[in-house]
Amino acid sequence: MTVTAPTMTETVVVAPPQARTRGRSIGWWGMVVLIATEATIFIALLSTYFFLRASSPTWPPDGIKPPDLGNIAIFSVVLIGSSIPIFWAEAGIRSGDQRRLRAGLLLGFLMGASFLAYQGYEYSHLDFRWTDNAYSSIFYATTGLHGLHVLVGLLMSLVVQAKAWSRKLSADHHVSMEVFSLYWHFVDGVWLFVFTSLYLTAHLR
Amino acid sequence: MSRLRHTAVFAWVLAIVIGISACSGSTSAVDAHGSEARHIAGLWWLMFGLAVGVYVVVGGFIIVAALRGRRGTPRRSRISQNMFITVGGVLVPALILLVLAVVTVTTTGALRKAGNNPVRIEVTGERWWWTVRYPDRQIVTANELHIPVGQPVAIGLESDNVVHSFWVPELAGKVDTIPGQRNVLRFTAEKAGTYLGVCAEFCGIQHAHMGFRVIAQSAGAFERWTTAHAEPPREPTSELAADGALRFQRLPCAGCHTVRGSQAHGTVGPDLTDFGSRATIGAGAVENDPSNLARWVRHAQSIKPGALMPNLTLSDDDVRALVSYLESLR
Amino acid sequence: MATTQIRPASEELEELEEVWEDDPGIPGFFSTVDHKRIGKRYIYTCFIFFFVGGLIALAMRVQLATPNSTFLSADSYNELFTVHGTTMIFLFNTPVLAGFGNYLLPMMIGTRDMAFPRLNAFSYWVFVFAGIFFFSSFLIGSPPDGGWFAYTPLTTKPFSPGFNLDFWGLGVAFVGISTTVGAINFIVTTFKLRAPGMSLNRLPVYVWSMLVFSFMVIFAVPAVTVAAGLLELDRIFGTAFFAPGAGGSTLLYQHLFWFWGHPEVYILFVPATGMISMIIPVFSRRPIAGYLWIVTALVAIGFMSFGVWVHHMFATGMPALALSFFAAVSLLIAVPSGVQFFAWIATMWHGAVRFTTPMLFAIGFLLIFLLGGITGVMVAVLPFDWQATDSYFIVAHFHYVLNGAVVFPIFGALYFWLPKITGRMLNERLGRVSFWTMFVGFNVTFFPMHILGFLGMPRRVYTYSSGLGWDTLNLLISVGAFVFALGVLLTLINFVVSQRRGERAPDNPWNADSLEWATTSPPPDFNFEAIPVVASRHPLWDQQPLPVADSGPDDATQGFGFAGAHDHTTPITGGLRSVPEGTMRIPEPTVLPCVLAFGLAVFVVGLLAQALIVGVAGLVIGAVGLVWWAWRTGEH
Ligand code: HEA
Ligand code: HEA
Ligand code: HEC
Ligand code: CUA
Ligand SMILES: [Cu+2]
Repeated sequence: MTVTAPTMTETVVVAPPQARTRGRSIGWWGMVVLIATEATIFIALLSTYFFLRASSPTWPPDGIKPPDLGNIAIFSVVLIGSSIPIFWAEAGIRSGDQRRLRAGLLLGFLMGASFLAYQGYEYSHLDFRWTDNAYSSIFYATTGLHGLHVLVGLLMSLVVQAKAWSRKLSADHHVSMEVFSLYWHFVDGVWLFVFTSLYLTAHLR
Repeated sequence: MSRLRHTAVFAWVLAIVIGISACSGSTSAVDAHGSEARHIAGLWWLMFGLAVGVYVVVGGFIIVAALRGRRGTPRRSRISQNMFITVGGVLVPALILLVLAVVTVTTTGALRKAGNNPVRIEVTGERWWWTVRYPDRQIVTANELHIPVGQPVAIGLESDNVVHSFWVPELAGKVDTIPGQRNVLRFTAEKAGTYLGVCAEFCGIQHAHMGFRVIAQSAGAFERWTTAHAEPPREPTSELAADGALRFQRLPCAGCHTVRGSQAHGTVGPDLTDFGSRATIGAGAVENDPSNLARWVRHAQSIKPGALMPNLTLSDDDVRALVSYLESLR
Repeated sequence: MATTQIRPASEELEELEEVWEDDPGIPGFFSTVDHKRIGKRYIYTCFIFFFVGGLIALAMRVQLATPNSTFLSADSYNELFTVHGTTMIFLFNTPVLAGFGNYLLPMMIGTRDMAFPRLNAFSYWVFVFAGIFFFSSFLIGSPPDGGWFAYTPLTTKPFSPGFNLDFWGLGVAFVGISTTVGAINFIVTTFKLRAPGMSLNRLPVYVWSMLVFSFMVIFAVPAVTVAAGLLELDRIFGTAFFAPGAGGSTLLYQHLFWFWGHPEVYILFVPATGMISMIIPVFSRRPIAGYLWIVTALVAIGFMSFGVWVHHMFATGMPALALSFFAAVSLLIAVPSGVQFFAWIATMWHGAVRFTTPMLFAIGFLLIFLLGGITGVMVAVLPFDWQATDSYFIVAHFHYVLNGAVVFPIFGALYFWLPKITGRMLNERLGRVSFWTMFVGFNVTFFPMHILGFLGMPRRVYTYSSGLGWDTLNLLISVGAFVFALGVLLTLINFVVSQRRGERAPDNPWNADSLEWATTSPPPDFNFEAIPVVASRHPLWDQQPLPVADSGPDDATQGFGFAGAHDHTTPITGGLRSVPEGTMRIPEPTVLPCVLAFGLAVFVVGLLAQALIVGVAGLVIGAVGLVWWAWRTGEH
């Protein structure tokens, strides 16, 4: 049966096609693409690090000691480990468990925050400043940008926790949790590369 | 519309004509007198031929394709759509590109090779002029390179400020001067003459006036030049010039400029030891003659705005004496 | 397929209008999230920048018309060519393509808005603020003057102490946010909001081109953001990335810049070819030849464009072997262009061409791009580039491609789609005159530049002396530039007149095949009161009458029909075949995106002025906006 609707040319109305099960949310897809571009930023910075390193006769230059591995290794484990409670929380809300959601988020938050706090402590104890030379500049810029990402992740966590406490999230509707957890895993994952490049390989000769 | 194709062909022909007639000028890259430039010019004519061919054939297809069905009905054709794409879009271009790739590699390999016993010259890009040094012969000058014909030269290129690019179209392609890096340009001049060079990389306010000259001379003339210029300039002969020499030391000049054999050791501006023998003032900004020079020493900024030589308050006597002195430096 | 009948009565349509209406008045202006309004605004704003950039070029041409001219000072000339290049690339070309994409893409794939309508508004506002920020440099008398690629160390503090370069560095990093956010939006929209049945092999080529555009943006823009960001760190905070004395590297900057810079030129070129691939088949009255070839070529260009950046650094003295590799890849990239080229030729060859204005621009594009591509291949030949680089030969090459192979398609697109966008036809006769004036003016302007390059004229010189054989050609070029500008002016006049007196545009004036032509001209706010069900690559040619889906009972299908439109929703689909998956609520108008963009702008100004309070204020506005936004998003 043909219908001429006023806002469209010749059309005929049919039943909608068969649906399939719901995939990921739009927000999740957006976060995946955002992560792709963010990851590229870190790749650019790490490439910068190695480019500068390759063009310098000594590394680190100017008698700077390679960064200590002790404490940062511990806090790296803490940061990367913080993905676990986030996983746990997300799995929890998927089955509607509000308590697990809140507990996991809180634990993840504390672990992330302790990493950030240690980074601040480390900064205040380094014997070089970012204006000294190209090494110090790229060291602070890369770790600083990562720290900024952790900070943003913590802020996101706060918003999601607020939503969790006001019971806005449920087994069917928890897009913000989904999006946040993706982002958080990314921030943790990137640290693995930053840590390897800036801390570990600096001890390789 | 087929006139359009003719226009295009005509334009290319025009390009050749102008290109060739410009050989009388002195910065034409296709009017080559150096080993590297000659290779590249050869390469250019090959590509030019290919380009005209590709443009005429493909342009012809465009026009015919557009006009064939203008009556409103498509016309049958033996050339299938896939044929167009596979042959025109893939096979033929791949062949042409293969030729170009081979030529790229062979030409590149033939150029900038370390030659036998080259004349070594060190050139530094300054803002906005060039320091020229002959490390083997104790010569320092500015904005002019003397080279022998038929003997390879190796020009070391450096900068301690911004990026510049050293380009003498008739002799060779460009090489940048990059802070913290030393590049070397190698070629052989094939014909005596004066070749104009320019700075090709944007380097600030007076990038437009950062020219230089390359004077290619016979081996004998080059030797005579180097022996003469390894010596400090002769003492001024005229009274006025001698007065100028004194004033040069007293005024701020000596703080920025060097004149070998005198008390002037400044390094901010160009070495003036052989200034009187140079063709231009201010890296090609104006011709080197007394009236321009008088204007320059007083108001360099009016000739080359933004240059790093300030306007100076000089008396008419200062100017007259300085000009006489500077022109006597050879 | 079962057919039922639901014919919306006119009152019902009025109701729809109400649901979709923007807030009235000035707040409505700042709060709209409608992709069409945003797209239109993008296009108009960009054209303002184009006119400004073009008028600047005319001033440059007056200066260069005669030797030793004093029309402009050295300072002003250097500022003007920098602003010209930067404006054309960052504030005209890239965003205008995003603007067309904004308007057209959702309609072509048969949906009611973009995936993230508020982010869409956000990218527009960021773009506007970045443009205003960039041009405000004129107010304090220090526009950027380091060339459009701002090479260090010239652009570092010791050599450029003023604010000039900060406007460039901060502006570039700022506008990059807009481009990136836009690209994310295009990708998700294309993957998740296509009409049912619109599988990937039924996507219009233009949508493919926007997809490639977006992926290239995602992976290329970070490099320029880092380049400009590190430059600003050096300038504002005194870091040493590009300070040769402290271990910094000059070439590092060039690598970072061109790792974006080269893909960028294809970022511009790819959507322009997408437009051409829509125009040529319609006016050849047949489907495009070699659809699969073209799509493959687009994707190939996208990949290969990341492997050629060093061809902009041929004269830096890097080892010849490394350079030869990049030369080879640069040559290779001509193949996918050749494929597209011959697909267009084949389409015309097997079709019957109608010489309308959009088609004239398409053919003009072919003839110009052919030459620009050929000179591109020439400069990819390493030794030849040693002569050509940084001379007017390069200026000729990139105007043939940027101005010829991107701006001509954009003008074609204007003549093609403006009737849909504004509901008014443009005047054909005036359009043709405009085309011929532009075409002739273009070639008179840019062809002689090749010769100037051979005659040794370097680029970016504010003046030159007489007697080098450059005088006549330069004068000719300047005359040509004014002829070209006249052609542009004719189109502007055509547009203005058509808005007042133009014929009303029918729904599908060109008998085109893609979905945007299924709506009225201009389209209603909701695009489609019911979403089309696609069964062909050319729905409007092969599916007469066009089937549209009714709303189903469940969440996955309720968005399709009138009811879905009435709920302010649009369907989500998934999978390669585009099967219904869910329903997306389209957000109400909100000023949040504008506020957030404003916060960012304040932050950027704070950085520029190195005023802590301003910077912090900007951050606070931004953070508050962001949190509020995140809080409200979907309420879950
Ligand atoms: C839309 C933008 C655009 C496009 C599409 C291109 C296309 C190409 N460009 Fe260009 N380019 C620029 C924009 C663009 N360029 C800009 C802006 C600059 C300068 C930046 C600056 O310095 O300011 C530049 C500079 C530039 C350089 C650096 C020059 C230098 O600074 O020294 C090089 C070197 O390799 C190059 C190469 C190419 C090549 C090989 C192509 C190829 O993609 C072209 C391929 C197309 C064809 C060849 C035509 C169609 C093909 C056929 C019909 C098949 C048959 C043809 C043959 C076999 C030849 N370009
Ligand atoms: C899309 C990109 C684009 C476009 C369209 C253009 C368009 C033009 N360009 Fe540009 N150009 C660049 C991108 C572009 N350019 C880039 C990237 C550079 C490199 C910069 C650098 O080196 O850093 C460059 C550099 C450049 C130079 C080299 C400068 C130098 O090296 O010293 C020159 C010289 O002639 C030039 C000229 C022109 C001219 C005459 C036009 C003409 O096409 C312009 C035509 C005029 C108009 C379009 C104006 C129309 C106006 C009206 C009709 C008025 C009506 C409107 C109102 C009053 C509101 N350009
Ligand atoms: C503050 C530094 C400074 C002082 C003082 C100075 N100069 Fe210069 N001079 C320069 C610089 C820098 C240049 C190069 C300008 C250019 O070409 O861009 C130059 C160029 C010149 C040239 C042209 C050289 C050439 O080959 O192009 C002459 C001649 C000259 N100066 C003479 C003088 C005289 C005479 C005085 C004193 C009255 C003087 N200068 C004082 C810095 C200075
Ligand atoms: Cu030195 Cu340009
Ligand atoms: Cu390129």
